[in-house]
Amino acid sequence: MADSVRLTTPLTDDVIEGLTIGTHVTFSGVIYTARDAAHKRMIELMKRGEPLPIDLRGQVIYYVGPTPPRPGAVIGSAGPTTAMRLDPYTIPMLEAGLKGIIGKGGRGPAIREAIKQHHAVYCIAVGGTGALLNRHIKSAEVVAFEDLGTEAIRRLEVEDFPAIVVNDCHGGDLLEAGKRQYRTSSRPIPAVQSLGG
Amino acid sequence: MREVPAELITETVARLAIEATHFLPEDVEGAIRAARQTERSPLAVQIIDEILENAQVARERMLPLCQDTGTAVVILEIGQDVHITGGYVIDAVNEGIRRGYSEGYLRKSIAARPFSARVNTGDNTPGVIHTEIVPGDRIKVMFMPKGGGCENMSRYQNFLPGMGKQAVIDFVCETVDMSGGNPCPPLVIGVGVGGTAEKAMTMAKHALFRKIGERSPDPEVAELEQELLQAVNELGVGPQAVGGSTTALDVFVETYPTHITALPVAVNIQCHSARTKQAVI
Repeated sequence: MADSVRLTTPLTDDVIEGLTIGTHVTFSGVIYTARDAAHKRMIELMKRGEPLPIDLRGQVIYYVGPTPPRPGAVIGSAGPTTAMRLDPYTIPMLEAGLKGIIGKGGRGPAIREAIKQHHAVYCIAVGGTGALLNRHIKSAEVVAFEDLGTEAIRRLEVEDFPAIVVNDCHGGDLLEAGKRQYRTSSRPIPAVQSLGG
Repeated sequence: MREVPAELITETVARLAIEATHFLPEDVEGAIRAARQTERSPLAVQIIDEILENAQVARERMLPLCQDTGTAVVILEIGQDVHITGGYVIDAVNEGIRRGYSEGYLRKSIAARPFSARVNTGDNTPGVIHTEIVPGDRIKVMFMPKGGGCENMSRYQNFLPGMGKQAVIDFVCETVDMSGGNPCPPLVIGVGVGGTAEKAMTMAKHALFRKIGERSPDPEVAELEQELLQAVNELGVGPQAVGGSTTALDVFVETYPTHITALPVAVNIQCHSARTKQAVI
């Protein structure tokens, strides 16, 4: 494995400043899980002016809905889900102090801009490697919305959880840069990742 | 008339659900391994290594390859000389899904009411179940735990009848380009050309059951598959869309005669965790 930058949570501004696209990083410390349903509820709480179940300042959210653990296990398979589905919810989360996001796939232009503006970072873990990523999760505890099952908010303690920086606080976008670098096709590049889901 | 108990269908589906979600098919793993040798991006090679290591960990520790253990797509090819006894075949399949997803500690990902109360059904049923009547006295059970990330990138369009092959190539390339990292490349791409809208998409899904490298028996279609694979891999999307020369492992095309006014094209994408498993009863 190439050299990677070891990050510990919560993330600080100066650490984020040093991260650039394509950098392999590892996360150690506490991160929180949240997907579509949990985000929807958090946004509703914000709209009503009610407190969130977690303090997002400096925190990292991992977009994941794990498989159930086998008896005695901490968690099941736990790889990232498509980040773009969370785009409609992401700006208020950044406004509430969220600093890091782990998902898969790209983000829309508005989110890329918001990540820059809020001095945050978006990383991908390798989609479809939930068994491998399981080994980096040392504990898991549901902290909110238990009724959502796999979509509940979980507090995870992770160790050397691997990820790659896709959108940095300088406005860089790895997926766009990567496609340009390795494209041998003469086809014009369409609006990046304009298919939803 | 050969009799097959419904319970046997249930047991088979339950077993296939667990096997498909834990063991990456050999042909898929082999294709990923081969791609590692040709991939030009060092970052993409690192991703490929993680994918290969994941397959090993999943196998050895009995952890699902991916947390998205999918919609249970089941295709039954039922011989016309088979008589299923002791229950309704669709109930038997759903019971198999229920059992497999519970006993295998798989994720239950089905929301009951799609546009309103998206309450989880709790057991991953109902599956999406297709039945086909075929000659013979056997039942072929084809199981695919289909992940949301790739399924959501499916696309259908009808083209003008005279637009021909180029329309197919352009549409497939555009779909892959626009999907980016969402469907988890490197991909396996199913394409249905002809028939009607639903026929085209069903063919695209069906094509995903082929083994990597298995070309269409029709030389013209086989040639299109090779052209598509090359065109897609020139896009530079790469593994997880970080950029690279490995965007797809293979492209499978199925065709069917179509109306004189139509050129239906459907694309159904499969992620690198191209999980399928089949059994014959």
